[in-house]
Amino acid sequence: MSSEMVITVKDLNLFYGEFQALKDVPMDVKRNHITALIGPSGCGKSTLLRTLNRMNDLIPSVRVTGSILLEGKNIYDSGTDVCALRKRVGMVFQRPNPFPLSIHDNVAFGLKVAGMTDRYRVNEIVERSLKAAALWDHLKDKLDHPALELPLDQQQRLCVARLLAVEPDVILMDEPCSALDPMSTGRIEELMLDLKANYTIVIVTHNMQQAARISDYSGYMLLGEMIEFGQTAGIFTSPQDKRTQDYVSGRYG
Amino acid sequence: MERHFDESLQALKHQLMKMSAMSELMIADAVKAVVDRNAALLAPVWQREEQVNHMQIEIDETCLTLIALHQPAAGDLRFIMGAAKANSELERLADEAVNIVQKADHLLKEPPLKPFRIIPEMAVIAQGMVRDSLHAFVNRDVGLSREVLLRDDRLDDLKDAISQEMTEYMTKDSASVARALDLLLVSRYLERIGDHATNIAEITIFVVEGRDVRHHADSKVHHQ
Repeated sequence: MSSEMVITVKDLNLFYGEFQALKDVPMDVKRNHITALIGPSGCGKSTLLRTLNRMNDLIPSVRVTGSILLEGKNIYDSGTDVCALRKRVGMVFQRPNPFPLSIHDNVAFGLKVAGMTDRYRVNEIVERSLKAAALWDHLKDKLDHPALELPLDQQQRLCVARLLAVEPDVILMDEPCSALDPMSTGRIEELMLDLKANYTIVIVTHNMQQAARISDYSGYMLLGEMIEFGQTAGIFTSPQDKRTQDYVSGRYG
Repeated sequence: MERHFDESLQALKHQLMKMSAMSELMIADAVKAVVDRNAALLAPVWQREEQVNHMQIEIDETCLTLIALHQPAAGDLRFIMGAAKANSELERLADEAVNIVQKADHLLKEPPLKPFRIIPEMAVIAQGMVRDSLHAFVNRDVGLSREVLLRDDRLDDLKDAISQEMTEYMTKDSASVARALDLLLVSRYLERIGDHATNIAEITIFVVEGRDVRHHADSKVHHQ
């Protein structure tokens, strides 16, 4: 039985040492939808994103209370296989970070690490993943070329393909278009809209117009709190909270 | 690159086409109710009016959401603004059809005044203008829009002809005054329907060419 919500965040608090970065944050992430987190720098949106696959564990001074349920199971339960979690909940970063390998080997990397040796199966998955990232037609004759030679937006899409190869449930994107020009950004946005048919996506963006264009749900954060969360159309036409209204209409400070 | 946004614009066009088709049906039925003296056609017009009002709200919401979420620029922005305005014109011309039906209601309770000649012709022209003005809008057809603007002159002439004819009836026979006034008003409603269609045609010219051709009394622009 799969419920409407893939991820449910409840009463989430996060401390970097003494500093409280997240305060009683709630959030529901709906299956096969795009959820965007917006807000000024330092509001906690990237911090929140990184809790969803426990990337924050990598920071020694971090302390988390509250719960994050992935398909009904709390990912902060002791005994959670964090590597398996990060396979199910994959992440794309601000700067495209393909490995210094060929295009093929980038996408196949996760499969090889997981122990897949059947070459035909690997190639099949590489092709499927590159197709899903709208790269197959461009790159099918250049799979042995170095990934780092690709233009930036294709590198970013390659990172998405790499993620898709290990069949995640959720794709987290931390300002995935910040390093890209408007046309490349447009291509990544179109890709995200295509991907949501099969995946659930959470994106952090400082570009609220991007959130408006592509997301179904938006959460506005300020100083570690979730100020308002709802359907994007509502947030951008008639927000409930004055702080949200000020932010989306460009009135800061 | 075909964008998801383009699909939304296509969907908006379909919404407007549906609304236009419904308004045309309302005009046709309302006039038939008068000309054929068919009371059965009154209720469908009222029902369709409810649907048209509902569509107007939906289309305005679509336009608002598209602007809020997609920050359209240039032609896309003019199109969405034009769609919101055309939406308003369609709702108002549907209201005129309801006005005709209200007069039909009176007229059917009285014996017919005279055989109908001008009103059916006005109805055909008005319906055609509505259909073609919206067709031109969704297809960005400036030529067809200009042609619709020209047809308005014929509608005005016919309205003047009825005005004259009904004045003669009223002068000769005071018993005919109520019916003559109703028919005069029906012709006025049809003429207003034509005006709303010309507004849609002017909106199309703005959307396609970025030029606002409204309120040009000499109609030089209309005849280019």
